Amino acid sequence: MSADTANRSERFATPATDGERVGSNGDAYIELHGVSKRYETRDRSTLALTGIDLAISKQEFVALVGQSGCGKTTMLRIMAGLIMPTEGEVTIAGQSLWRGEHRDADALRKLGLVFQDANLFPWYTVEENISLPLLLRKVDKRARLMRAQELSELVGLTGFERALPRELSGGMKQRVAIARALSYHPEILLLDEPFGALDAMTRDKMNIELQQIAEATQATVVLVTHSISEAVFLADRVVLLSARPGQIRSITRVGYPRPRELDVTAEPDFQTKVLDLRRQLTEDEERLKAQGVNE
Amino acid sequence: MSQQQAQATPRGTGTHAAPSQATPPRRRRIRLGRALPWVSTAITLVLMIIIWKLVIAVFDVSPFVLPQPEDVIGGMGDLINSDGFWTDVRTTLTETLVGFGIALVLGIVGGTVLGRVVWLEQALRPVIVASQVVPKVALIPLFIIWFGFGITSKIIIVALLAFFPILLNVILGVRSVDTGHRDVMRSLNASRWQTFRRMEYPSTLPYVLAGMEVGIVFAVVGAVVGEYLGGDQGLGYRIVTSLNNLEAETLFAVIVVLTLFGFLLYLAVVGLKRLLIPWHESTVDNTRAST
Repeated sequence: MSADTANRSERFATPATDGERVGSNGDAYIELHGVSKRYETRDRSTLALTGIDLAISKQEFVALVGQSGCGKTTMLRIMAGLIMPTEGEVTIAGQSLWRGEHRDADALRKLGLVFQDANLFPWYTVEENISLPLLLRKVDKRARLMRAQELSELVGLTGFERALPRELSGGMKQRVAIARALSYHPEILLLDEPFGALDAMTRDKMNIELQQIAEATQATVVLVTHSISEAVFLADRVVLLSARPGQIRSITRVGYPRPRELDVTAEPDFQTKVLDLRRQLTEDEERLKAQGVNE
Repeated sequence: MSQQQAQATPRGTGTHAAPSQATPPRRRRIRLGRALPWVSTAITLVLMIIIWKLVIAVFDVSPFVLPQPEDVIGGMGDLINSDGFWTDVRTTLTETLVGFGIALVLGIVGGTVLGRVVWLEQALRPVIVASQVVPKVALIPLFIIWFGFGITSKIIIVALLAFFPILLNVILGVRSVDTGHRDVMRSLNASRWQTFRRMEYPSTLPYVLAGMEVGIVFAVVGAVVGEYLGGDQGLGYRIVTSLNNLEAETLFAVIVVLTLFGFLLYLAVVGLKRLLIPWHESTVDNTRAST
């Protein structure tokens, strides 16, 4: 179990001119210390995550990968303040996110969330959905609509502000969800397989756009995905989790200059990284199978 | 049939047009789709009258059993001009609306509580199922004994009949709030009131209205049967008197009036639906839903 946590503080020294985003600030922005999560049900107790230590710098793009059930979504939801960790601490900009069962309001305000399902409210129009977080924060209507307009443009939905969610395609719904997450200028964007339900073509396109949005908003991004190539294509670091219990198996740095185009995926180094990560996943799967026999 | 007619009414103005993709041929198809229920209803009515007259002619039916359609229309005129007709309409309307109002309030409150408190719903489930299965119309004589021949017994009957569809729908609605939507509100640190106002209320509303749609029909049945079995006024009472007087055309005229009565109340609920939940699938014309 070579959890590569030793080099997590090591900065990736590259000239600022090549578009590298890692460590522009230097300090850890999101930190997880000894985070674990245990689910208790009537007849069994499952350790979903254990001993998670991870530090993410400001404006870094981190991808979490691993086979299904490895706890990557749990990890993201803990960072998002949706699941309370059983042990450990999550800090955001130095503030502790979880205080017992309570969540720090300031820390929450720094987070923008996008789920696998767009989770749009069908009773609201696109602009109302986008500006919902502002409504909850009692921003006045004029400012809300202006921000919605701005974001519709950013995510390429101009002209659809008055449409209802049911009139949109899957890709468009996810764009609205991303716009909604961005509405109050969060410094951190947490995405849980946001494009998992989309077809391959739309997915590639959305990935390029996600990269542009991350650049434009200078957000720190944590992306959960089951696609290794997507992770390597988008991320500055790919965190691979192994399952049962979920823990960090390896962290891979990806230093390609930005903005990255799809031809990066044809580079030999890209292929090597993808293959290496895939091998680790396969090993993990085999280990689980062997364990299954023992049990 | 009433379902079809209900959907033929003009769409509410609160709905949003599909984003700028409507092409002329599609628009024409929509217009045809909207006109269709009207046309088919007219044809059905004409066919019904033809069959009606045919049956009378072929089997030589006595006018005491089945009057001619035109006599029924004449009977309707007489009925509307007769003494106390509008008082009877008002009585039945009052019973229906007051009873329905009580059912609505109790159904929403009860449904919300049972939807949220799972153990309570489990504890009460046998009672709820039992009261569902009991033919409630059979209880009407009992209510008349208990609450008299006046308006009170009818209101209680109406409330009882309309209550269950509303209750069950509200329970379902409260349970059906999307967990993804809950996550959104939770991640935005929404207050208890905001979560209710912006998410739980709008997502439960379609269920409340679906319950109301069924409930209003039951309410009319309750009022009429209540008057029929024990009353001295109302449209149900008119049925009894015209039956006793062997006035078949008046009897038919009352049935037509009651149909219109129930239909208008149903339309009111559907109109409310279009007003309150224009975003919901159930308010979209079939012709548009396929886009």
